[in-house]
Parts: sequence; structure tokens; C-alpha cells
Amino acid sequence: MDKTREIDSKLITETVKKLFIEANTTLGQDVVCALKDALTREESPLGKQVLEKIIDNAYIARREKMPICQDTGLSVLFIEIGQDVHIIGGDLRAAIEEGVRQAYQDGFLRKSVCDPLTRKNTQDNTPAIIHIDIIPGDRLKIIAMPKGGGSENMSAAQMLTPAAGSEGIKKFVIERVKQAGANPCPPIIVGVGIGGSLEEACVLAKKALLRSVGEANNNDERLAKMEKELLESINKLGIGPGGLGGRISALAVNIEMLPCHIASLPVAVNIQCHVSRHKEEII
Amino acid sequence: MNKKENMARHIEIPLKADAISSLKTGDMVLLSGEVYTARDVAHRRLYEALNKGDKLPFDLKKAVIFYAAPAPTPPGKMIGSVGPTTSYRMDAFTPKLIEHGLKGMVGKGNRSPEVIAAIKKHGAVYFGAIGGIAALSSQCVKKAELVAYEDLGPEAIRKLTVVDFPVIVINDPAGNDLYAQAENRWRINN
Repeated sequence: MDKTREIDSKLITETVKKLFIEANTTLGQDVVCALKDALTREESPLGKQVLEKIIDNAYIARREKMPICQDTGLSVLFIEIGQDVHIIGGDLRAAIEEGVRQAYQDGFLRKSVCDPLTRKNTQDNTPAIIHIDIIPGDRLKIIAMPKGGGSENMSAAQMLTPAAGSEGIKKFVIERVKQAGANPCPPIIVGVGIGGSLEEACVLAKKALLRSVGEANNNDERLAKMEKELLESINKLGIGPGGLGGRISALAVNIEMLPCHIASLPVAVNIQCHVSRHKEEII
Repeated sequence: MNKKENMARHIEIPLKADAISSLKTGDMVLLSGEVYTARDVAHRRLYEALNKGDKLPFDLKKAVIFYAAPAPTPPGKMIGSVGPTTSYRMDAFTPKLIEHGLKGMVGKGNRSPEVIAAIKKHGAVYFGAIGGIAALSSQCVKKAELVAYEDLGPEAIRKLTVVDFPVIVINDPAGNDLYAQAENRWRINN
């Protein structure tokens, strides 16, 4: 029996458009709660002022339907397609790109994509960065993640030696955050990818940023423990909200891990500013 | 919080020499007047124009540059969301601009030793604005007009008239650095 479920590409375009506009104007409740909690723990008066403004800004952006940050990001998408889905009416990538185009045009979002060499703007925020996974089932999940350039610039990957171990991983993450300082708009969220290959570690680090702020890694107690230790160490650095000094330099450290080659220990750190944006929908 | 920390000073643009020399790292300032938005590519073009001896699209003397590229202006608004981008990317071009009269910069994040030296030598100032609060910051912009490099889209140079735009002095003309001071004050050594 044919189990195929048809999904119209137009619905994909509409959903992508809606998700990018929502993500850019409505800060997730998990982030808002984490910021409010940070406000109770911050000891620096200046740090408190910065956190208050960040929280105020989130309300204004939602009320006025304006972007939370002027950098409305590269359009990163994670797509999970059930293997029993049949897309009709057009090609999947084209449908996604059209959704991005419409979101950035109709939603008054900044177009921030350019040719790397000439720096000429592509004018519609395409091409999007699209990660596609095939999964069981007949549903299609779309995760839209506008990713700002300032925090992305502070991210890095390193191929450590197996001898470096957990301590080497922690040292690399802390050093990266310290080097980044005020640049990536702290308090930040730190996505860490361990293992896989060079590119897989980077994708893991980005996927780690999709987890709700405040939620520990539920699959591996070792990682949950490392997340807690890293967050404590990072919050001793003194960077503080806006980099102006204080206790709260990061809201969360989220780690994801996969097995790797016997010769390698890949680690990637993807830094996310306090405007952590991602929205998802299952069609 | 003590009173000193809470009090912000009103400073007008064009920046006067005595106003600049009175500014100290950590001072809260409310800026009013005209600022020019310019970031990566616009900086390269300004720098190249100075090297060639070409006329610049705006007068650098006593000017303030805001490292920013706003979101498009929605109907009924003066400007879209706008806030600072990270400043270090402009460091390669900044000393030359300061030599030619630039007095103030608004951005976020730390500057190179070369920029800090130029700030000190020429009596300029680097202000920090809070990043990622662009809907709130846009309320300080009362007027926006395109000045040059329209082909750059959001990166074009625009003249923004701001009123009471809240910033903080990061690098003062004495060569002090707020980020370094803040980290020393708040870092916990194990």
C-alpha cells in the first residue's frame, strides 16, 4: 500500500516565510526567562541595566513587529523530511529560497548576504544555508534560524588530539569565549559540537543552539556535567552583559556529541548572541 | 548603584575638543546630533578615497561614525531596527580616518592597539552602544537620509539625526579601555 503523503511546495514557502518573520521579531520564551533570571543574579549595576534594556527591547520588538536586532542574519534552516513525504508543485530548495525571499522583503528584514569577494549584496538574503535530514514518517519539520554575523565571526573549530581529552575541550571552549569578549553581544549561548568530522562537529555545534536555554543534555550525563562546569567557568571570566563587566557572560552552554575517528577529537564552538532566534513547525 | 554611575551626560555632535577631552572611560553619554552610518565596505571606500585624494561623500571633520546598517524602514516609522555592529572589522581603516578629522565612533567590542593609539594622538573617542537592542535604539533616530554608496544597500552611508542616543565611553582620549577595566574588576580567578 502506498503510504506517500503529498505536501505542496507552496505550503513550504509560506511556512518558511512565516517562521523567519516570527523568529526575527519574537524572542523565544526560554531566552526571555533566562534573561530575567540573569537579572536577579547579576551583581554589576551596569550589567543589570544592560539586561533590563535587552528585556525591554524584546517586548518593543514584539509589540511593534520590528526586528529584535538589525542583523536579521543568514537564513539557516534545518529540514527533516519523512521518507514517505512526496513534495508536489515545485522543488524543495526553490520553495525554501522563495520563503526566505518573501520573509526578508515583506517582513522588512535586513538583507545581509553578499558575494564573498566583490561584497555585492544578493538583495534578497538568499542563498539560505539548508541542512536536510531524511527521517522515518510522513511529516516535514522546518526549523528557521536567523544567525547573526557578529557572533558567528567569534566561532571556531579545532581538531584536537585524543590526548587533549575533556580538559582540552574545556580549555578550547573557554579560551574562545574569552577571546570573543564583548564582540558577540554577551550574554551569549555557547553551542559546542564534539566528535564526528570537521564539518559534523560544526553542524552539531549549531544544532546545540536549537535546544531550549536552560535545558541540559538529556542523552548523556557526562555532557550535562560538562555543560554545567563550562557555564560556571565562563561566568567567572567577568565579561558580563554587553561586555561591560559582570557575572553573567553566558546564559547557557549546550553540547552535542557523536563518535569520531580514533585519531581525532574534533571540537567546534558556535557562539550565539543573546538574540537567540529559532522557530519551528511540523507540516 | 551610586549617583555618578547613574548620571548620563548630554553631548552634542559635532564633538567639541573640550567635550571630548573631558570624557572618561565608563562615562554614560546621551549623544544628540548627526551621525553617519558606515561599516565594512563603506570604510574600504572612504579609505581608498583618502589615499587617492578624492573628495569624501561627507565631511569627516569633527564627525561621528556609527558602525551600523539598519533594517529596512517599515511604513509609518522613521527607520527600521538599528544598532551597532562589531567594530574591530573597521580597525584597519580607522587610524587614517581619525588622522583626517574623525572624532567619534559608535560601535561594540574592542579596538586594536593602533586604533587606541590614534584615538589618543588625535583626541578622539570610541563609544560603545549595546548590541542587539535595535528596536529600542531605533527610537532615538529622528531622521535618516541616504548620503552615499546606495549600491551597498543596508551598508550604504546614511546620515542619522539622533536625540539622546545612550552610549558609554569605551576608549577615552587618555588611552583607557573600559572592556579591559571591566574584565579586571569582575573576573574571578580560580
